Amino acid sequence: MEILLSPWPWYVSGPLIALVMALLIYFSKTFGMSSNLRTLCAIGGAGKKVPFFKFDWRSQWWNLIVVTGAVIGGYIAHFLLSNPTDIDLSTSTAVALNEMGFQDIGKSLLPNEIYGWDAVLSVKGLSILIIGGFLVGFGTRYGGGCTSGHAITGLSSLQRPSLIAVIGFFIGGLIMTHFILPLIF
Amino acid sequence: MKYIKFLAVGIFFGIVLVKSEAVSWYRIFEMFRFESFHMYGIIGTAVLSGILFLQIGKKMGLKNTEGSIISVPKKERSLIRYILGGIIFGLGWALAGACPGPMYILVGTGVFSMLIVIAAAIFGTYIYGVLKDKLPH
Repeated sequence: MEILLSPWPWYVSGPLIALVMALLIYFSKTFGMSSNLRTLCAIGGAGKKVPFFKFDWRSQWWNLIVVTGAVIGGYIAHFLLSNPTDIDLSTSTAVALNEMGFQDIGKSLLPNEIYGWDAVLSVKGLSILIIGGFLVGFGTRYGGGCTSGHAITGLSSLQRPSLIAVIGFFIGGLIMTHFILPLIF
Repeated sequence: MKYIKFLAVGIFFGIVLVKSEAVSWYRIFEMFRFESFHMYGIIGTAVLSGILFLQIGKKMGLKNTEGSIISVPKKERSLIRYILGGIIFGLGWALAGACPGPMYILVGTGVFSMLIVIAAAIFGTYIYGVLKDKLPH
């Protein structure tokens, strides 16, 4: 039980993520979480104005069920399957965050400086969440997939477009982490 | 009832991503600073296992529930959309610290401010749909 309650090492987690992909492929579907954002637009009626959202979203019902499960899984893992443990970040990462003014580093999954209500209710904090979400939603559809669709499924099936997209993910991520985040914090 | 297996896969996915800490903003920040092997280990072993599954599965003629040999949809060939879309996605990923899977999972861990990120992501997808024909693909 202790092993289950502690954080899982990467060499266990990685193959288990591949198992999620394998199961969905076996069930005649595919592993791609960002498609749900398009489906939600379609359900909201976006297809009336924008052709991109005019498709039979009922065929994507299964993927929304996967997402519903993921929310439940998040609840189970966090509230029933976890001992309170700090995230074992590298010292240099913790030092860098400390210099940027972060406190309680690694004490929860997400930093209070971004996701805590005090931050969310400030102009800066709210802007971070809205801009971050917008970029993810826009970029993932423009690039044709996210971490699950490109980095896991696309690379596993040796597709060149996915390799290009993952290189893009890293260019964007490195610019944000090394040049923009230090300006914000 | 036919959807119960998808619910089960989703629950399993959510548990794995929380227990691996891959849903953590801190882990994403650390990954982009190249200061830990953790995230690279997760993605690396996931891709390696995925390659093995697909290659061996196809060689053995493994069939999916519809009776066809297992396959993955082919991404259409292009450069510009993948690199530009990828960069935009990467900027958001490192800022919010969450990609589309973890966004939902984190709501389950009780982070309700994530709903703002999800709403913004839906809006971003909508704007892509509006601008689609004007963007280089």
